[in-house]
Amino acid sequence: MNPFTFSRALDAGDAVARGAAPGARFLGGGTNLVDLMRETVERPDVLVDVTGLSRTIETRADGSLLVGAATTNTALAEHMAVRQGFPLLARAIASGASGQIRNMATVGGNILQRTRCSYFYDTDAARCNKRDPGQGCDAIDGANRYHAVLGASSACVATHPSDMCVALAALDAIVHLRGSGGWRSVPLTGFHLLPADHPERETVLQPGELITAIEIPALAFGANSTYRKVRDRASYAFALVSVAAALQVEDGVVKDVRLALGGVAHKPWRAAAAEQMLRGQPATPASFEAAAKAEMLDAQPLRDNAFKIALVQRTMVAVLDSLATVRT
Amino acid sequence: MPKITINGTAQSLPDDPRVSLLDFLREHLHLSGSKKGCDQGACGACTMLVDGEQRILSCLALAVQYEGRAVTSVEGLTQAGALHPLQQAFIEHDGFQCGYCTPGQLCSAVGMAAELRRGVPSYVTEDLGLETVEFTDDEVRERMSGNLCRCGAYNGIVAAVTEHHAKPAGEAA
Repeated sequence: MNPFTFSRALDAGDAVARGAAPGARFLGGGTNLVDLMRETVERPDVLVDVTGLSRTIETRADGSLLVGAATTNTALAEHMAVRQGFPLLARAIASGASGQIRNMATVGGNILQRTRCSYFYDTDAARCNKRDPGQGCDAIDGANRYHAVLGASSACVATHPSDMCVALAALDAIVHLRGSGGWRSVPLTGFHLLPADHPERETVLQPGELITAIEIPALAFGANSTYRKVRDRASYAFALVSVAAALQVEDGVVKDVRLALGGVAHKPWRAAAAEQMLRGQPATPASFEAAAKAEMLDAQPLRDNAFKIALVQRTMVAVLDSLATVRT
Repeated sequence: MPKITINGTAQSLPDDPRVSLLDFLREHLHLSGSKKGCDQGACGACTMLVDGEQRILSCLALAVQYEGRAVTSVEGLTQAGALHPLQQAFIEHDGFQCGYCTPGQLCSAVGMAAELRRGVPSYVTEDLGLETVEFTDDEVRERMSGNLCRCGAYNGIVAAVTEHHAKPAGEAA
């Protein structure tokens, strides 16, 4: 691990002031950043510990939530307002990593974990445009079972590993930011970037900018939602694919729906095409199948991951069918 | 000098912020019970408890991040030299062969039980609205999935953890 200086931020203003130092990075639970520092993939000169900042979960009268960025993953998943009002979020978080890691990891850090693959970690032997821009990508023609089928580029085919963010994408969550120039808010679906020619840029975050909170807008049919994650082993593994869904059915017709996919792209993938196709359609497996197919129309398989396209479609149909059955 | 409490004793934190909590205990304090299996958050052998019963991975924790906090490692589970009842249950149920993952399994199981009592949901919890979650084999296996055992003593581990927590509150320390 390269040397760095360490300090603890007292509040968000203090964090932003400290984070303005050259080579500074904010440190949450450390479950991704410390690991990457040990592998020398990340080499910050200054670490600013922000785990002491707000970890309040504010439940508002309109049903929305405001979650302090230092809230741990466990604390968010166990909050009764999340378990009852947004089960897809509680289930997504509970499906990620392990109990120990969920206790350490913060909400802000989960969002800012690196989009990555095993070649990104392999500093000795693999080329990686994300780690060393312009170097090339060994994953595109390599072992790419876990890699992206949507929105990838010739520069990078890695996937964003967060489960929580897939649920947040479906929920239209808003990321609250504070930088030296003041405050701003960005929708989560616009926060992460597709790789294009610059896979080293993963978010719209400006240098020194800090995530202070996540806002989860009210969703009337949020209680009828779930998250399903398909893995190579039953637990403690990254998603091959995952589906976050919330469904509102009235008189057998899809009134509204939210859908997002994990394990398929450089960012949490909001399945907007499928959503649009489903609204107003009968809540039947045939509609779900047509929507799932439409979402994956532009999918581009690599050598080892063509199975993901059918797997996403089947998982999406199964999840929507389970939600339709509950309420009709 | 910044301090941290390890198994009930105040200790001075290392000057170098790169020292992990795991290396701090093993190399600086010579508490070698916690094991370094992978050093990358994949195996759970380094699991410790923070501020009571919050289980974490000490290999991914910088020691300096835990200034002022109270950390318990496997050495701190024993009471007055006697085995923790969960340790005894591991012996009785063959919850290990080589024993390398055991300190992490023990700390993790203590933290997991606290999470069940609190109603923290897992991926296999059907009803998310319950105040506490039932102690089933499926719940234990899912919640302990961050602790690998390459000897494959999982059946014994599940039996030990389940038996220990089925005991009346007074008995189960």
